[in-house]
Amino acid sequence: SFSFSPTFTFSKFQILSRIPQPASLPALDISTNSNGPKQDSLMDDDPEDLFAGATEEVSLDSPERDVLLSDGPSPAITPITPPTSVIAPRIGHIEEEEGGDSFDVHISVSDPEKTSLSVFKQRDFSVKRRFSDFLGLHSKLASKYLHIGYIVPPAPEKSIVGMTKVKVGKEDQSSNEFVEKRRSALERYLMRTVKHPILLKDPDVLQFLENSELPRAVNTQALSSAGILRMVNKAADAVNKMTIKMNESDAWFEEKQQHFENLDVQLRKLHASVESLVCHRKELSVNTAQFAKSAAMLGNSEDHTALSRALSQLAEVEEKIDQLHQDQANADFYLFSELLGDYVRLITAVKGVFDHRIKTWQKWQDSQVLLLKKREAEAKLQFTNKPDKLQQAKDEIKELEGKVQQGERDFEQISKIIRKEVGRFEKERVKDFKTIIVKYLESLVQTQQQLIKYWEAFLPEAKAIS
Amino acid sequence: MFLIISLRERTRSGSASATKRDQHHVIFFLIIISRDLVTLSTSCHQPFAAMMQEGLDDGPDFLSEEDRGPRAMNVDLEMDATLQVDISDALSERDKVKFTVHTKSTLPNFKQNEFSVVRQHEEFIWLHDSFIENEDYAGYIIPPAPPRPDFDASREKLQKLGEGEGSMTKEEFTKMKQELEAEYLAIFKKTVAMHEVFLCRVAAHPVLRKDLNFHVFLEYNQDLSVRGKNKKEKLEDFFKNVVKSADGVLVAGVKDVDDFFEHEKTFLLEYHNRVKDASAKCDRMIRSHKNAADDMNRIASSLYTLGTQDSMDLCKFFLKVSELFDKTRKVEARVAADEDLKLADLLKYYLRESQAAKDLLYRRSRALVDYENANKGLDKARAKNRDVLQAETSQQLCCHKFEKISESAKQELIDFKTRRVAAFRKNLVELAELELKHAKGNLQLLQSCVGVLNSNT
Repeated sequence: SFSFSPTFTFSKFQILSRIPQPASLPALDISTNSNGPKQDSLMDDDPEDLFAGATEEVSLDSPERDVLLSDGPSPAITPITPPTSVIAPRIGHIEEEEGGDSFDVHISVSDPEKTSLSVFKQRDFSVKRRFSDFLGLHSKLASKYLHIGYIVPPAPEKSIVGMTKVKVGKEDQSSNEFVEKRRSALERYLMRTVKHPILLKDPDVLQFLENSELPRAVNTQALSSAGILRMVNKAADAVNKMTIKMNESDAWFEEKQQHFENLDVQLRKLHASVESLVCHRKELSVNTAQFAKSAAMLGNSEDHTALSRALSQLAEVEEKIDQLHQDQANADFYLFSELLGDYVRLITAVKGVFDHRIKTWQKWQDSQVLLLKKREAEAKLQFTNKPDKLQQAKDEIKELEGKVQQGERDFEQISKIIRKEVGRFEKERVKDFKTIIVKYLESLVQTQQQLIKYWEAFLPEAKAIS
Repeated sequence: MFLIISLRERTRSGSASATKRDQHHVIFFLIIISRDLVTLSTSCHQPFAAMMQEGLDDGPDFLSEEDRGPRAMNVDLEMDATLQVDISDALSERDKVKFTVHTKSTLPNFKQNEFSVVRQHEEFIWLHDSFIENEDYAGYIIPPAPPRPDFDASREKLQKLGEGEGSMTKEEFTKMKQELEAEYLAIFKKTVAMHEVFLCRVAAHPVLRKDLNFHVFLEYNQDLSVRGKNKKEKLEDFFKNVVKSADGVLVAGVKDVDDFFEHEKTFLLEYHNRVKDASAKCDRMIRSHKNAADDMNRIASSLYTLGTQDSMDLCKFFLKVSELFDKTRKVEARVAADEDLKLADLLKYYLRESQAAKDLLYRRSRALVDYENANKGLDKARAKNRDVLQAETSQQLCCHKFEKISESAKQELIDFKTRRVAAFRKNLVELAELELKHAKGNLQLLQSCVGVLNSNT
């Protein structure tokens, strides 16, 4: 069941996720979208995937609010033990120290014996990590895997404004909310990262999960030299993308690229609308609270006793409703809005991976062109009497031939990996959207049920006015 | 509908040659047709002509909770066969609204038993002001004047929508247009209801209903040629109000001998301020609600586009959720509209009525002060033994006036309380019932959608 209260203490906050999924994932109908027989085999679970049967979920529970919402039909589902281990990271927040927030990362693994990785012999363990550690992890993974075609989940963004507010020590609602947003974002980030079968085996990831202390990650500050270098590279990439025109021989890639472009546009639009809804719902909550106070005052000054009492009751109802709106606004945000925000960022990563493929292709083409030039030069040298230059040319040609072959292999490799990654990504996306949106709708259901309860309690009071 | 438009057109174009008989026929026809309509017809100029067809889809629902006949929503009035007044039709033109005031009466002073005239807002104000200025009515709560019809905000929004037509999809545009037209229609209905309530209150009042100006207003079928106040008169009004409020402060300070009035004074002062506050906060709350509903509209559109574009089995999913958001948005908009009708309008109306009651108390206090001054004058005259008779008559007049006002004021204030309690009860009960109805409807929509989605995955 969904519930969320902004007044909890962070270290006690639990994030449990349970999805209603059978042990085997639903078979996707990909036949309409395939471009050839090659497709089918790639869509199957990678035998390397340790967590092929893993289930995932997202929901926020807070023990304090469960009391209020336990009446309705609870959408919580009993977790089914999957055939292999499930790793479920949970993140709590510890008091900040100098240099930024620290987070408690609790890892719980079910059936640790079934994994072949040494670190997961324990059932439950936790480590302390700083925000910059997460960023550092992401930057390492990005540099290792993005350019060969793996979709590395993007880390939460640094927000200078929000951070300074927290550092100054402003103990207010908005800074609490900021920390909670960050904590929640980090948890989703980590979950996505460990869900990726290849990334989970990466030594940096394992080190992140198991080491008690991590060296402070450098080069993650927004305004550091490394940060600026990153920004420059990003700009350069954007320019390059515009100038490279690739002869796309594979229709699959063209179609997918278009698909992600469209998805990007639509998700951004939807995200903006949902953000607006969150904002207005919060406004509604505030205005309802104010009206409640005003109605109470009116009830006080009304000199007809029965009407006065009814007005006070109305004020109470509106006060409860304002809390309801607040909770709903949080559901709007944490379930719906953040889902969309995450996917907008993920799709940027996907587009980046496609761009890398184009770059790889370009490299391959460049070395092919160079080889051609060298061959022509060699042919010309044949007619001159310069045996040492000829030999040099022949050597260079051999080297370049190797490069061309490597370039072709790289291109094919990245294409293959992207195909698999996109398949995995789309599967995840469908799962994520379906489960999270259904969970969100269930939160709407609960709100309506509460509303009914409140108004049903008020109606006899109103009728009692004589 | 079309019948009405064409009839009006005929009268307008052939006005020069139309005989009185023709006019009566037209009016008669209007009455017959209008009586059969549950909703008001709104035939307007250019861009809103289509509204007639679309906007009325909301019609029956909108008024389902209101009774036929006088839409006396905030007042609890007895239906009296001797004089029934209502607004049977209304026409919204570019910058003014024309109300068709329909009267049914068995009173002898009217030439016919049933008749209608067309009146504009300024003529209502003229009638109201004539009551205020009439010394004989000083002891009554004068029914508050209806507020000026204000379509500016709605018109502006429609204009902005027209300008931004290029930037949104056709479905979005049609949806938003429908919403705005529904809003326009709602404002229109409200202003008609408020004008009608004013007339009904006057007709129900035992003394005011006999007022000659009121009869002229009801019966005289030519334009009353009431011009709006010019600058000079507005300035005079302004000064009068300043004097009144200054006076009010002085008079409020004087403790009343009569417990009843002392209590009423303290009560009304506080009540009026709190109703004002509650009314403002209520408006803000409803506006946020409408904004949230608008967002849901946009979300529904985006989900729809995603549903048509996306591949695999997310399509159907998105389309279903989009449909849900569309339906739930309509419910939310209806909730906001009902809260507006039942709560916000109620508070606004009692803001005006409590002001009118305060004005009554003020007039009484003024009369009391005059009476006390006349007493002092009489004492002085007796002491000097000059103009005693004059002073005596003046004192007697003041005394009589004060007592008359006090007596009727007491009854008026008791009636005010009765009316207020009844109106609040009616509206609060209806508000709660509507909120329940909508929440249950919403719940069903959501649950069935979740059920379908869960069974599909």
